[in-house]
Formats: sequence, C-alpha cells, structure tokens
Amino acid sequence: MSEKSIPTFLSVEKLSKNFGSFEAIQDISIEIEEGEFACFLGPSGCGKTTLLRCIAGLEKQSSGSITQKEIEISMLPPSARDFGIVFQSYALFPNLTVFSNISYGLINHKWGKDKITSRVNELLDLVGLKSHMAKYPGQLSGGEQQRVALARALATSPGLLLLDEPLSALDAKVRVYLRKQIKDLHRKLGITTIMVTHDQEEAQSMADRIFVMKDGKIIQSGSPKEIYEKANSSFIADFIGITNFIDAMVLKKNKVACNAFEVNCDTEDLNLGHPVRLAIRPESIKINHTVSDVENCVGAVIMENEFLGPFLRIYVESTSLSNELLMIDVASNSFTEMDLTPGTQIHIALPPDQIRVYLRD
Amino acid sequence: MLASYILFFLLFLVFPLGTLIMKSVQDQKGNFVGLKNYLLYLQEPALFQSFFNSLFIAIASTIIVVLLAFSFAYALTRTCIPFKGFFRVIALIPLLSPSILAAIALVYWFGNKGILKALLFGNSIYGPIGIIFASVYWTFPHALMILSTSLSLSDSRLYEAAEVLKTSRLRAFLTITIPGARYGIISTSFVIFTLVFTDFGVPKVIGGNYNMLATDIYKEVVGMQNFQMGAVISLVLLLPSLIAFFIDQYSRKKQISLLTSRSVVFKPKKSFAVDSLMLSYCAFITLIILLMIGMAQFGALVKYWPYDLSFTLKHYQFEVAGLGWESFYNSIRLAFYTAIFGTVIIFVGSYIVEKLRSDERLRGILQLFTLMPMSVPGLVLGLAYIFYFNAEDNPINFIYATMTILVINTIVHFYTVSHLTGVTALKQMDKEFESVSLSLKIPLYKMFWKVTLPVCLPTIFDISIYLFVNAMTTVSGVIFLYTYNTTLASVSAIHLDEQGDVAAAAAMAMLIVYVSVLVRIIHTVFTKGVLRRTQAWRQNSLTVVEEVRKA
Repeated sequence: MSEKSIPTFLSVEKLSKNFGSFEAIQDISIEIEEGEFACFLGPSGCGKTTLLRCIAGLEKQSSGSITQKEIEISMLPPSARDFGIVFQSYALFPNLTVFSNISYGLINHKWGKDKITSRVNELLDLVGLKSHMAKYPGQLSGGEQQRVALARALATSPGLLLLDEPLSALDAKVRVYLRKQIKDLHRKLGITTIMVTHDQEEAQSMADRIFVMKDGKIIQSGSPKEIYEKANSSFIADFIGITNFIDAMVLKKNKVACNAFEVNCDTEDLNLGHPVRLAIRPESIKINHTVSDVENCVGAVIMENEFLGPFLRIYVESTSLSNELLMIDVASNSFTEMDLTPGTQIHIALPPDQIRVYLRD
Repeated sequence: MLASYILFFLLFLVFPLGTLIMKSVQDQKGNFVGLKNYLLYLQEPALFQSFFNSLFIAIASTIIVVLLAFSFAYALTRTCIPFKGFFRVIALIPLLSPSILAAIALVYWFGNKGILKALLFGNSIYGPIGIIFASVYWTFPHALMILSTSLSLSDSRLYEAAEVLKTSRLRAFLTITIPGARYGIISTSFVIFTLVFTDFGVPKVIGGNYNMLATDIYKEVVGMQNFQMGAVISLVLLLPSLIAFFIDQYSRKKQISLLTSRSVVFKPKKSFAVDSLMLSYCAFITLIILLMIGMAQFGALVKYWPYDLSFTLKHYQFEVAGLGWESFYNSIRLAFYTAIFGTVIIFVGSYIVEKLRSDERLRGILQLFTLMPMSVPGLVLGLAYIFYFNAEDNPINFIYATMTILVINTIVHFYTVSHLTGVTALKQMDKEFESVSLSLKIPLYKMFWKVTLPVCLPTIFDISIYLFVNAMTTVSGVIFLYTYNTTLASVSAIHLDEQGDVAAAAAMAMLIVYVSVLVRIIHTVFTKGVLRRTQAWRQNSLTVVEEVRKA
C-alpha cells in the first residue's frame, strides 16, 4: 500500500491501552507517511480518541511503542513531543483574547515580542481571522473558535497536527466549509495530520488514508475509495456510506441463492452451503422497464421514493431477492425519462462486480 | 400567592428596617431631629474608632481566610493527596458550632491562664489577634465551600492544551487556574468580609477592650438603652455589607460559564512534591481545627482549668438561672420550627419566583426582597425587629417576646442562601413542565406535589439542615429578641462567659455542636434512605471519567 520512496513519519507498534480491565485499544500497529492526512474513523467507544491521545502523550500506553521521525517518543511527556493538537471542545483559554490564545505557546518558547506579533499575524491571515484578534473566545462563533484553536496548534510550526473530532461541534454548513479549509491548509503546509472522527463522510472527503477502528482494533485501512468500494466486512460496508444487504447462501462457486433467485457474484473461496450477506451500494443497482439479458436481472415493484436533490432514492420490493426493501439511487438528470411512481413494475439488475460477499454468522 | 410573600417581606423585613432608619433620625422622645444623631456619632472618637477597627479586622481576616481556604480547596480539588474526604469533613466542623466556640477555645489556649500564652510574646489574645484568629477559624468552611466549588469546575482540556504548548505548571496556574477561580475568589472575599464585619459573638467574647461596631451596638442598646445611637451604628454597620453585596452581585452577572457541555472534568495528576506539600498543609490545618474544638471540649470537662484537670460533668449543670438546660431546649425548639416552617416557606417561595407566571413587576420586587436578607446583618435585623414589633400601635405586637418572633427572625435572616439553593434546583427542571401539566388539565399543585417536590427532595433536605444548624448556632440575629422565657443556648454561652464561667460557656457551646453533629448524621442517613426510594429515576448515568474512557 505505502510507496517505499516516502519515508515513514510516525509508526505505532503493538500499542495497547487498558483502563482497568477495559481494553481501549489492543495491539495496534500503523505507519503514517510524511505529509499524509490520516484519519481514525469509527463509532464512539472504538478507541480512536485514546489512540490519538497516546500519540500525543496525554495518555500513557500500557504496552507498545510509538516512533516519530525515527525517535522513540512513547515515554516522553507531551511537552517533549513535536505536535500541535485541536480538541473537540477547542479548549481555548476563555480569559485570553484570540491574539493571546494563539501566542500562548510562542511565549513558552521565549520568542521575542516582534517575532511573536508577526507570527500571530501570519497565522491570523492563514485562518482568515485578522479582524477578530482582540476578541475573546466567547464572542466568536463555533467555526471561528475552531479556527483559532487550529491557529494556536499550528503556531509553533509542529511536525504533526492532531485533530480530535475537530468539526463535530459545528452545524452542517460550517462543517463542510471548514472541511475544505483544513484540507487546503494541509495541502499548503504539507504538515502530517491525524484526525479522529466518527463521521465517515468527513473522513472520506478529507483523508488520504483511513484507518477504520472497531472495539479497540483497526479493522481496515486504505484510501477512501478502497474502503468504500472494497469494504472487508459487512460492518464497514454498513458504516461507510449506505448499503443494501441481502441474505443468501453459497450454491456453488460464484453463485448464491437468495429467497427465490440465484445471483452471480464473486464468492471467492467460500464453502458451499455457507450463509452469506451480499452488499451492494444503492447507486450500483441498475433499473430497466423491461427484462433484459444482463446478469442478475429480477422483477421488482417500486414502493416509495425520496427526492434527495442530486438523486432520487427509490425503495423497491423484490420478494424473490430479499424480504427487505432495497434502496436504489438514480441520478436526478436521468430519472425524468422513467416512470418511477410507486406501484410501477420494473426490473433491476445487480452487476456481479459491484456485489461484495461477506460471511454471515 | 405572590402577594402574600410580598406582604411577608414587607412585614418582617422592609417595615422593620424602615422603622430602624426612622429611629436614627429621632430623639429619645420620638421627635424628628434630622441628622443630629449621625453628627453625634461622628463627634464621638471612640465610636468612630470602632468603625476602623471593624474594617481592619474584617479585611485582615478576609485576606488570611481566602489564602488559607484557597490553598486547602486547591489541595482537595487539584492534587492527588489521600484522605480528602477526612480533610473535608474536619474542615467543615466550624460550621456546626457557634462562632464564639473558637473564641472560647482561644481563651483556653492563649488566655491569661492559657498553656500557649508564651507564644504571643507578651501580646494579649484579648484584642485584634484573638478576634482575627477566631474569625478565620469560624469563617474558614464558608470560604472553603465557595472556593472548592469554583476550583472543581474546570476543563481538563485547557490544561492539556497548555501542556502540549509546553507551558510550565506555574504559568498554567496563573493563566488558567486563577482566572478560572477569579469570581469564586471575589465572591468569597465579600462573603467573608461581611461575616466578620458584622459578627458579634467573637469580639464579645475575646475582643477585650478592642471596640468594634457590632459590640458597640450591643453596648448602646443593652448597656445604655440608647436606642437612637444603636440605630445609627446599625446603619453604619449595614453600609459596607450593602456595598459588598452589590459589588458581588455585579461581578456574578459578569461571570461567564467556563464549562461547556464538551468540557472534560479535570482529573489531577500525581506529583510527589506538590502532593506531599499539600498533604502536610491540609494535615496542619485540620490539626488546628481539631485542637480548637478539642480544647473547647476539654475545657468543658475539666474541674478547674488549669489547676485541677480531673474530669467532671458539673459544668453541664449550668447553675445560673435562665442560662441552663431550658435555653438549650429553647434552641432546639427554635431550630426545629425554623427548619420545618422555613423550608416550606422558602421552597414554595422559590417555586413561585422561578416557575409561576405572574406579574413581572411584582416578581421582580419579590426577587429583590429574597436577596435583601443576605446583606442585612443579624444584629441590625434584630434591632429593627425590636423597634418595629415592640411598638404599642403595631397590630402584630403580640408576637413580641415570643418564640414566634425568634423563628420568623431566623427564617428571614437565613432566607437568601436557602432561597438561592431552591432556585438553583428548580432551574434544572424543564421550563415546560408547568405548561405540560396545564395542557393536560392537571392543576399545578398536583404537579408540584407529584413531580417538583420529589425531584427536589435532596435540595429540600439541604435547606432544612442549613436552617436547623444556623438556628442552633446564631447569636447576632437573636441577641436582642430573646426574653427570660426564650433564652437560647448560643446566647447563654455568651452570658455565661460574661459572668466569668468560661467552662460552662464551653459546655453550652459544645452542646450545640453535639446537636448539630447528631442532626447532620440523621440527615445523611435519612437523605440516603429517602433518596433510594424517590430518586430511582436518576439513572446510573456514566460518570465523566467513564465517558472519557469510552471516547
């Protein structure tokens, strides 16, 4: 996966962290490249924040080691490590102005007054808050506070930027805007960045590489596209984006039986008779009004449809395939030619290369 | 409902204070003389000196208490020292005794026959040293409570942010801890200033010839029957309290919440140097508290201090007429009535202010009335009651010299804190409960009985114990109002001391402590029992620490 030409910036080896008998993270090993935007993604309680806090030195690992730029940092206190961090709550000092918040770390470095002023101004430009520098955090909106926190973290030009759910406290519009801003900033500064989030859309739109976590373990890593298209478990397929699940049984090599219909798909090396779960994205299912000779074509009835802006999501019933309704997304510019009102009889086709097959327990 | 509360405050707070002001501009015969009494006051250097003495004692005590209590609260909330629970309980002991207990203990330690008299290097404990020491002792828990609350509200992420920015512990303390506790410190300073400035018991017992405003009022009224001058000095006493009160209110309004819903509660880290320093400090303070109360108990039990140290219970026989066990029973009756009636009146009052839709202007007036008692010293309120209720033409003159007037006086005196406790609890309940019940056609009193009351039960218990203990220990509120049939334990202790029977005074003060401790224990057990039955709805929500671990 990783190209050998880019040096490893941060490597985590066999890291575990227990809180009493609770294992927050178990035996995690990852490598992050210089300049990479990595993302720990997972539901709440999966250990992603604990992993980030171990990297920062805010939690001490129970075992394992962390190496940054070939220096082992596992035993160093946070103040001896090289990183900047933005907390979920931003943790801006409420009694200090925007300017003083950003310069807080610079003063600890004993920078001269002029140097501090020019650095803070540079950062204020970077995050576009020049006019707010005399204000207090309480006078700023959530998005502005977030940018101040970002500027404070970047002030000393750390080699690593850690973001702990940086956008989760903001409303949807601001979140999308800041996503782009952080991404731009990352591109401009080239700083290695690790973000923790539970929002798969956020991870997909920002990260170069996603580490999906569950119950304290990393269960898949890869580019957003790889994770989306080749989820290696039904958990990830369900967690990342929207997916139809169809229960089936392996009939023979590359053939599975659903309720009353046989579907062609890649069964890899699964044994005959094994219960499986097929996953197919709503946009991957094709619809036709007449029977065609494409593979996996089956009759269905439209039950309901939902207009979602750029596309229409239709819910179809196909009892020979599944007892549940299936979701199909049709691009807005193409559905005008079709009759998609509820009650219409249609045919749907499931392209075999778009179907992922997972073991069912 | 609202109107009857306004009437209550008019009758038992506003009119009496008005009468007090009237008295200050009249002569002995009741003729209007303008500011003549005030001019007389200013021309009397001895009286005027008392004002500066009071100011000096109050400011000095405030500075000492804030420093001591802040360090103690810091140790309890921000360090990993062991025995925190023990330290907290011991530090709150002074709350359970009348303020004079500290003064009595000091007499045993440092008085003319005190065993540590040599430590004063020839200075007398009777005077500023003793007053400040005793004042610091009895106000310490008041300061500790406010300061530990404000120190415990802290976002641990702020400290982490500072740490990753490579901030020293000292700079983090100066830029995060102190600013975070700033309003707590301001508030504490004003509370302690007012408590010490208006306290009567301590300077009475250990003040010696050092005159203070509170003792002057007593001398003028009880000693010289000069009610007019008493009224003038009362108003002089009231003024700084009022100013402190308004500054405090103003600073509270400016206070912004430092905690957001996303804040993570601070969890102290171990540090050998800081922890061992703080542990020894806390041990030192608790040792002093234990030595003080222990000495009062010892003094009450020995035959003839310091010559015959064999134990006896004879000091508990109180052979002085009117100052014996009957006054102790009176105190219990007073505390009991105050707790029962006070809790009902105050909690229903806070419900009316907080939850009922009513005329905004009247509500505003009632709110102002509920805050007023906090700024009125007990001595002033007591004197105002004499003037108002003793008047022949007052239709409710009949309550004068009864237990009733003592109960009402005590309820009004301690109204504000109880009221604010109730309001805080009620604020945490959804605003729309009342609207929902109205929409369901359920009368409000039913909803109050079925929902509000059970939910607020812990708070109601807290209010009742607060009223009980304060009624047991108060001196200044009731010193002018008791009569031969209604003497009280705290007042008896003062008179016993006045008559030179320090051992009996100590015994009486200790009786108050026993009852307060006993009631505290009953309250704790009872609260736990009742809570188990009525608070089952409070789900075992995750503690913050567990939340952090899950994230």
